[in-house]
Order: sequence, then structure tokens, then C-alpha cells
Amino acid sequence: MLKVVNAGVYATIQDLGRFGYMSVGVPIAGAMDHYAAKLANLVLDNDENDAVLEVTLGGSSFQFLKDTIICLTGADLNATLNDETIQLNHPIKIDKNSVVKFRNSVYGARAYLAVKGGFLNKNVLGSRSFFKEITKKHVLKANDEILYDETQNFNYSQLAGVKVQQDRFLHSTIEVYEGPEYGMLTNVQRKELTTTTFTISKENNRMGYRLEQLVRNNLDGIITSAVMPGTIQLTPSGKLIILMRDCQVTGGYPRILQLTDDAINKMAQKSTGDSFNVEVIPL
Amino acid sequence: MKNPDVTYKAFGKRAILVEWRAEIDENLLNSILDFKKCLQEKNTKVILDVITTYNSLTIFYKSTIENIYNEISTLQSIFKTCVSSNIVKKKLWKIPVCYDLEFGVDLKEVALKNNLDSREIIRRHSTSIYTLYFVGFLPGFLYLGGLDELLHFPRKKTPRLEVKKGSVGIGGSQTGIYPQDSAGGWNIIGNSPIQFFDRKRTAPCFAKPGDKVQFVPIDIHQHAEILNLVAYKRYAIESEVLDA
Repeated sequence: MLKVVNAGVYATIQDLGRFGYMSVGVPIAGAMDHYAAKLANLVLDNDENDAVLEVTLGGSSFQFLKDTIICLTGADLNATLNDETIQLNHPIKIDKNSVVKFRNSVYGARAYLAVKGGFLNKNVLGSRSFFKEITKKHVLKANDEILYDETQNFNYSQLAGVKVQQDRFLHSTIEVYEGPEYGMLTNVQRKELTTTTFTISKENNRMGYRLEQLVRNNLDGIITSAVMPGTIQLTPSGKLIILMRDCQVTGGYPRILQLTDDAINKMAQKSTGDSFNVEVIPL
Repeated sequence: MKNPDVTYKAFGKRAILVEWRAEIDENLLNSILDFKKCLQEKNTKVILDVITTYNSLTIFYKSTIENIYNEISTLQSIFKTCVSSNIVKKKLWKIPVCYDLEFGVDLKEVALKNNLDSREIIRRHSTSIYTLYFVGFLPGFLYLGGLDELLHFPRKKTPRLEVKKGSVGIGGSQTGIYPQDSAGGWNIIGNSPIQFFDRKRTAPCFAKPGDKVQFVPIDIHQHAEILNLVAYKRYAIESEVLDA
């Protein structure tokens, strides 16, 4: 068991998402930063889809009630193991009753903690990713306990760590493709999109990020149609919304841009006040 | 019906959007659903999921699409040879709704501004037969077409932060039921005690696009009774199979 001592800003369990139920309105969900979640599992020689702990911005602590091996990836949230600094992206041996704390962000917004064999909370409709009304819990709270299998006498020298380029977290150019309604934009609007430095407003969460800057807009809505993580919608007021992993499956605003797979992962590491530019690349 | 014109667009590197003309029309729905069925029969290995809406179908692929033009031409040939099959029987679902003012908090306002009696609103809302176009917005939220024109009513300018599970609302030319507590901008005229999404079932939503829906007025006591039966999983939604 992993015991939540302090849940902090926001913490959930996520795998790579829930598929096959979008046509009954169930969002995909899954780790905001797939790259980091997969990496944490890779280092432990887990399946890449094993469930991991996603910690947003820190302020949280967790106690391990069984021996295991963990790997921390993604944001540097000033994490400690029994009050000693933890090396990121490396396998770490954990003795029963150890406590891992996430303090505050040095860089990035979301850290991932994988355990050997993955977390074993209930699989609902093909996924262990938390989501409101689908899984019993949708966010971790103090005293929650999450199941995992004990790992003892493991020769962990057979696991190796990796180096991750820090610019993944600091990069301020976000690559996007033209979205289905890009063609409805005027040249002036297109230019505005690529010359504006956008800032993430405080309305940002796992569903989506609203941006501060406005884009002049006279487009009406569209007939409700499919959306997906990484879709950028242009609302009638000119506000842009970047849809993230917990987004609804359909929407009625023009889908003007679409983040690349890796751009979604990079966006997942940004938070309130961070800024970036978009670069439209060909499909 | 002859296959209508459709357009194909890349939607990122992992999805293709197929669009029919921008209308809400049952003939389009049938064409979209036929295409979805053909795709699922012929191309399942590479397809992760297919989402249909009023006038579109989006195919999500398991991996990055290497050559978009090849993939689109594969889709075009599947569409061309796709014959409409009316094998899947459509159902008419009878959804109990209590229009009591305790639930229908906006019923008076809708009635007043549309120059109708509350009873007339209820009568019209519950005699129409609606078509289920697709499920979206929330797990189990049914997008229904066929709302009586006299009942059209604009959405609230500022959405309510809390709309109760089961609330039946009118938003513009649409009507629908909130399957869970949620924020929402539709005008609430009643409440249905049934479960629109059950995560414990392999088919979590009972209805499928193309099915029909009718609302059956119930009083507040019946509402409480059904709510109780639903809690003990002893309520079966009434339905009948429609002839193709």
C-alpha cells in the first residue's frame, strides 16, 4: 500500500488512458505527460501502461507500507526520501515505512512516481486512470491507500537510470498542426496566433488550459463535433482553450489548432503564468 | 439512399475527421452510422475508436498515421462500397421524467417567455419522439434531436455551477438530461430518476445512436419510487423494438 499522508495541490493515479468508451461520452484521461509516465515505468522495467502516481506542483507526502523500487520522473518538485534528496529518472530502493515528499517546483508542473509492478487500484472500463464518476476516487486525499505488490530481494543493479534533457521543461515553443477549422481563420488571425506570446491563465487543470491573451474573433460556433487532448479551441470571446487529457469527447467551438503528441506532454509541464509561442508545422 | 458527399481532413497525426454537410438530419445520421459499422467491420486492426456526432465521424488510430493520403483513400473506398444495412434494430426508450416544479426550476420562466402554459410545455415535451444522435459532453449525456419548435429557449447567459443529476433541460433547439451532477447552462424543466451511465456494465449506456427516446411524465411519488428501484438495481427502462 501507498498511504497518502498529505495530498498537496493535486494528486491522482494515471495510466495511459481509457479507450473504447469515447462514444458513450467517457474522456480518455491518463497521465498528462505521457513521456514522463512511460519513462518512469521503463526505468523499472514495468509495462509502459502501468499505473503511476501523478503529482501536480507538490506540497504532498506519501508513505510506502511495503518494500518496493520506485522511479521519479517529470517535473523536479524538490522531492525527498526520508528527508534526503532523490535522484530523478533512476531506480530507488524503498524500505517499508519510507516517506517520499514533494515540496515545490524547481522546474515543471507534474512529477510521476512509478512503483515496481505498477499501482493496482481498480481497473474500470479498461483503465486505472482516475476520473470523476468513472473511478471511485477522482483525486487523492489524506489517508487514502493505493495497492501495489511488494518487491523484495530484487537485484536492482539490473535496472539503469537515464538522463533527461532539461529543455523539455523550459522549451517555450509549442509545435502545433492546423486544426479542422484552421481554414476558417483570416490571415490576420493566423498571424496573430504565431506572433503572440501566450500565457497560461490560472484557469488550468487536467481538463484544459485557458490562455490570457485574446485573438480577435468573429467566428460562430460549429455543430458539436469530436475534440481530443491537444485541440485548441477558439471561443466567441476570442479566448483560447487548450484541451488536455481529461477533456470532454465533443465540443462546439472551432478547433483551430492541434498540439503534436509531444507538445501535449510539454504543455503538461507548464502551469499558471508560464508563457510560450506556437509554431505551426506541416502535417 | 445514395451516399452523400463527405470530406476528409487530418485531425492531428492520429485521427481523421470525416464531415457530412453541416446539418442536423436523420438521413445524415444513418449514413454516418452505416459508415461507422463498415469501418468497424473492415479496418479494426488500426482503429482505436470512432466517434460520431451530428454531421461527422472521427477515426482515432492506434498509432501515428504514416501517410495521410493513403489512409484517406482507404477510407474513401470503404465508404464507396459501404451498403446501408438495417440489420441493427433500433429501439424506442421510454424515459420517466418528473416535471414537478420542485425539479423543474426553470419551467415557469420557459412557459412565460414562450407564451405557453406549463402543462402545454410538459405535453409537448413528452409527446415528441426524439432521435438519439450521439453521446458526448459527459458519460451518458444523450444528444437528442426533435425538440418542438415552440419549446426552443436560449441557454442561460451564465451557466449554473451545479445542475443536479437527472435534470432534464432545454438549451436552444436541444433537449437532454444531465447524467451526473455538473455545471450547465440549460434551462431545467424536470428530472429523470434513472441511471444514464453505469460503469459496471460492459455497455455502460443503454441507448445507441439512431435509437429513439420519449419522455413519460411521472409524479413526484413515482419519481421517488423509481429512484429507490434504481438504487437496488431493480428498475428496467421500458423500451420497444422499432421496425426498420
